[in-house]
Amino acid sequence: MTAVIKLDGVTKVYRTGSIAVAALRGVSFAIDPGEYVSIVGPSGSGKSTLMHILGCLDVPTSGRYWLGGDNVSRMDEIDLAEVRNRQIGFVFQQFNLLPSLPAWRNVELPLIYAGAGRAERRRRSIEALERVGLGSRIDHRPGELSGGQQQRVAVARALVADPALILADEPTGALDSHSAREVMNLFNELHHAGRTIVMITHDDEVAGAADRTIRIRDGLIWPATEAA
Amino acid sequence: MSWLETLRTGLFAVRANRLRSALTVLGIMIGIAAVVLTVGLGQGAQNQVKSQINSLGTNLLTVSPGSSTSSSGFRQGFGSASTLTQADAQALASASVAPDIKAVAPVKSSSEGLTDSVNSNTWTTTVNGTTEAWETVRNRSVTQGRFIDDQDVTDHAAVAVLGPTTASELFSGVDPVGQTVDVDGVPLTVVGVLNSVGDASSTTGSNQDDQVIVPLSTATQRIFGSASLSSILVEANSSASLSSAYQEADAELLALHEITTPSNADFSISSEASLVSTSTSVDRTLTILLGGIAGISLLVGGIGVMNIMLVSVTERVREIGLRKALGAKPSFIRRQFLLEASVLGLVGGALGVGLAVAGTALLPKAIGYPIALSGLATVGAIAVAVAIGVVFGVYPATRAARLAPIDALRSE
Repeated sequence: MTAVIKLDGVTKVYRTGSIAVAALRGVSFAIDPGEYVSIVGPSGSGKSTLMHILGCLDVPTSGRYWLGGDNVSRMDEIDLAEVRNRQIGFVFQQFNLLPSLPAWRNVELPLIYAGAGRAERRRRSIEALERVGLGSRIDHRPGELSGGQQQRVAVARALVADPALILADEPTGALDSHSAREVMNLFNELHHAGRTIVMITHDDEVAGAADRTIRIRDGLIWPATEAA
Repeated sequence: MSWLETLRTGLFAVRANRLRSALTVLGIMIGIAAVVLTVGLGQGAQNQVKSQINSLGTNLLTVSPGSSTSSSGFRQGFGSASTLTQADAQALASASVAPDIKAVAPVKSSSEGLTDSVNSNTWTTTVNGTTEAWETVRNRSVTQGRFIDDQDVTDHAAVAVLGPTTASELFSGVDPVGQTVDVDGVPLTVVGVLNSVGDASSTTGSNQDDQVIVPLSTATQRIFGSASLSSILVEANSSASLSSAYQEADAELLALHEITTPSNADFSISSEASLVSTSTSVDRTLTILLGGIAGISLLVGGIGVMNIMLVSVTERVREIGLRKALGAKPSFIRRQFLLEASVLGLVGGALGVGLAVAGTALLPKAIGYPIALSGLATVGAIAVAVAIGVVFGVYPATRAARLAPIDALRSE
């Protein structure tokens, strides 16, 4: 079985003037289809950088990164946009919904960029909202929904284009414990339905819900035995 | 990602940011209205100047005889020679010879002493012998009685038409029509009085209200005793055909006078050239001035669009980042912002034209100055408004497209 994600010696160095900061110092691991993996580390550990690289929002300084069999570490901006659109469903800490659009319009955004037709977009958006238990809220704007409901809209948006990977960045970070539990249950359901999920968090309790936890500290996988 | 989808997204953003969109549109609207109105004002002023000049007869050419050399060898100035004949005038009046010439009035003039039959007042003024055509060529009319006609010319009739100033100087209050005026010993019956043209003397060099019109034949044979003409007045079909009328008259007279070298011409043709060129330069100055103002308002409107679009980019960094994270390519983001800017331009332009139309209807009542709304300016203004949206939208759109998705998502 081909790994959904395979990282091989990935480094990332940020340069600010003459100062170079190595955020990742050689990270290698693989994630198989259907796995539910959490990536845990304290702030400053490099986990945000790792998340950006996994999400194809940034490219590694060196090393290689395969996503769904494609080497994405040397792709240009336009190809990366395409990869993000087709392979990755993002769930952000701050939901990142567009406040002026009703729920289903937010959910359909990835399908617009994928070039899907109007009727198909609406149908699939509504299906995705029903999947996360918001079938009765399709025309509500984000401001009319609770935090937990907003995050579920964001999950629906991550699901709608049927990506290979769902990448969640602190998905419960902005939620109260009740809403957080709701969202975590939703991830469990998605996992049982066969989705590949990578969740980045600093919260061990949240990370414990995953099958496997990758710990990162000072830009390295820790303990080193975790490396694939 | 189709253009239609982009347009829909752009329109949605315009609607979602109502206040900001309205302010942008307001800026363009005022700019465009200012442009359309100033162009209209310029057009109105030009039309007014043109009609004022037309009333003086800009279509008019004056053929004068050339210089002459006396038997003692002294050259005399232009107008002194006796080279213009009635045959010349008749030739110019022929439509086949000069199609751009509408009417021709031969004139024989001289300053003469007048005495009236009622008060025996005396008065010295210009006596012009001419034909019926003079009335239309000079754009004049009579307020009393009638003008001289072709029959008078044929009959060498002893009749005269007085200018209003001449009439009041001689007859002082008495109705001059039917009275007799003595011109250089020849008694003439007054048959009419010309209308007054007031201060036209300032542009024509002589007082048009103080003159006596007599039939050409009467003047040449009974008063002056010389057949040559003082001038031939030529009216072109329009001010546009003035130069072709000039060329036709010039060519015909050179041929008639058998002159092969134009510089040896024994006549000269002048137009109300100074008047025309003055008015043209005034018009041009006005156009440049108004064009400058219009250009500045457009520039201000355009910078307004750019400013608002830049604010919009800054304000919507997270939205742009999100859209890019979800798979929007830079070209789509650029298109979206360009379309938003041009929609703002289009709406602003259309509303500005509406405002200008309203201003065209209402302003002249307030300022007492005509405004001519031109269709071309209106269509052009809308096109310019859209172009402004596009041109000044390019930079913000490019900036938006270049944003890195992570930086954009990180910003709070």
